Amino acid sequence: MADPVARLRATYGAGPRHVLVLLLCFVVTGWVVLRLAGEATAWRMLLWFLGAVIFHDLVLFPVYAAVDRALRGVTRTARRPAASGGDGSERVRLAVLNHVRAPALAAGLLFLVFLPGLLGWGAETYRAATAQERMPYLLRWLAVSGVLFLVSAVALVIRWLRWRTSERG
Amino acid sequence: MPASDPAPPAEDRAGAADGYGTPRRLWQGLDRHRPPGADAVTRGWRSPLRGPWLTSVFGAVLLATLPLVIITGLLDYAAYAPRFGQAFPTDVSWLRLPYFDWPTRPSWLFRLTQGLHVGLGIVIVPVVLAKLWSVIPKLFDWPPARSVAQVLERLSLLLLVGGILFQIATGLLNIQYAYVFGFDFYTAHYFGAWVFTAALVAHVALKLPRMVTALRPRPGRDALRTPRAATRPEPPDPDGLVPVRPGPPTVSRRGAVALVGGGSLLLAVLTVGQSLDGPLRRTAWLLPRGQDPGAGPNGFQINRSAAAAGIQAADTGPGWRLTLHGAGRTVTLDRAALLAMAQHTARLPIACVEGWSTVQTWTGVRLRDLAALAGTPDPASAHVRSMERSGLFRQATLQANQVLDPDSLLALRVNGADLSPDHGFPARIIVPALPGVHCTKWVADIDFRTDG
Repeated sequence: MADPVARLRATYGAGPRHVLVLLLCFVVTGWVVLRLAGEATAWRMLLWFLGAVIFHDLVLFPVYAAVDRALRGVTRTARRPAASGGDGSERVRLAVLNHVRAPALAAGLLFLVFLPGLLGWGAETYRAATAQERMPYLLRWLAVSGVLFLVSAVALVIRWLRWRTSERG
Repeated sequence: MPASDPAPPAEDRAGAADGYGTPRRLWQGLDRHRPPGADAVTRGWRSPLRGPWLTSVFGAVLLATLPLVIITGLLDYAAYAPRFGQAFPTDVSWLRLPYFDWPTRPSWLFRLTQGLHVGLGIVIVPVVLAKLWSVIPKLFDWPPARSVAQVLERLSLLLLVGGILFQIATGLLNIQYAYVFGFDFYTAHYFGAWVFTAALVAHVALKLPRMVTALRPRPGRDALRTPRAATRPEPPDPDGLVPVRPGPPTVSRRGAVALVGGGSLLLAVLTVGQSLDGPLRRTAWLLPRGQDPGAGPNGFQINRSAAAAGIQAADTGPGWRLTLHGAGRTVTLDRAALLAMAQHTARLPIACVEGWSTVQTWTGVRLRDLAALAGTPDPASAHVRSMERSGLFRQATLQANQVLDPDSLLALRVNGADLSPDHGFPARIIVPALPGVHCTKWVADIDFRTDG
């Protein structure tokens, strides 16, 4: 075959740019791996690197997807819409679902991001760095989450009242 | 392929058409041997929102923000003056910016770069999670690859996803003082950044055209104006992001984007306070640096307590002396002698690599006056040592511009009062735009050098 690019596509599965770009990526990674191979804690780093992917893809995602599925079940929004294309009660059930989803996602996000502080990890490092005692912020997180759920509930009630008024009018 | 080329063998032609690379038998066989449940998984993806548009929106946001996080991260390394061997990790070979003198102006430079690095890094967490949500069906695709090219690309995606999650995890743990990972944070975060950056460059180079196409405006398909009821799945895409059997929409695309943006906004509101002074600081309610540091002139954040540094009252009492080394001269001064020198007051930020910062009013002797006193009015650098007995940051080397800046001080007082023990009494360094840990506390001696 005369055209080397076409030949590359047929055998390798992509064009020369693909080869070049990935080569660059793996050269940098390979260099970092060589540089870190001498570190006593290199295995731990690798474990955390791969562990982060496994945690996200095989723990965090399935958990939040399952919670969402359960929520859709509870609010009876999991099935296909009625043939009429969704009546008023369908709209309300979806609104309930989303007004639970939003604060739940926010609370979950805050929990993940501020986890060390919420659970009071690293108390000794904290004391050395701040000259203060570490006080777990779990209650603060509960308070913030509670406020978010409350605000969402109030917004839902306002929406519902407006729908009712518009339906009557 | 030019028309004049001889017709390729049938196998190659088919290879180009159906996407199988060499060896074709292997990839075809892999495709045919679907593991049990693979079809159920494929049919199980229900969200009608998944598709090139949503993935590209999150991708575009990350494409605009991640370079800023990466560049500010590299700048922060440069701010530690790596040429003096005092940026960690010390041995990074060619994986760094070229050496340059970190400027002293504007005085809020490090406050800005590091505040952006940490703040933006936190704010994009929901976008990263949303982006991963939008493409997660790809993880369970069967066959996992149809060619060597796809195997390698998937490997680069492992580096991309592992890289961003590793950087987020180590960064978040570091700013919250939870060193649960058991390795050196600087080494891991610095080299992790390079692995991630390389994978990101590759990903952008390969996927940018897809993103541009997906975001191209199309008449009648403005996703940001479409309500939930009118939300439809996108047409099947070559990447397989659009589900085979989409369920009914429970939220519109603009709703999903707003939800992710709301998450970012919430994190921004709960983070920005660690860079603000006054009552707004307390808005960083869930972060260590939003806490009340106490009242009075010394009531602001520290990064290491005198107790943790092993500083005893006896060390800082009347017996304390500052030793200056200059060109063939050694000068010893007590605190009274320093206070008798010309005093200069400057309002300067102290900014930490953890992203928090605060502006205070410092009073003390100009470093350039001390350099002149030591007989080295034009030093190439100054090496400052603390009375601390251990720790990575018990010494720091200052560049010439950092010694000679008119606001660079050996501070004795802050906000009109003597420094407290935790803030470095009897004397500490404060230099505009210098990382906080290099503003050495409990200074014991300064060596003004002329040889760089």
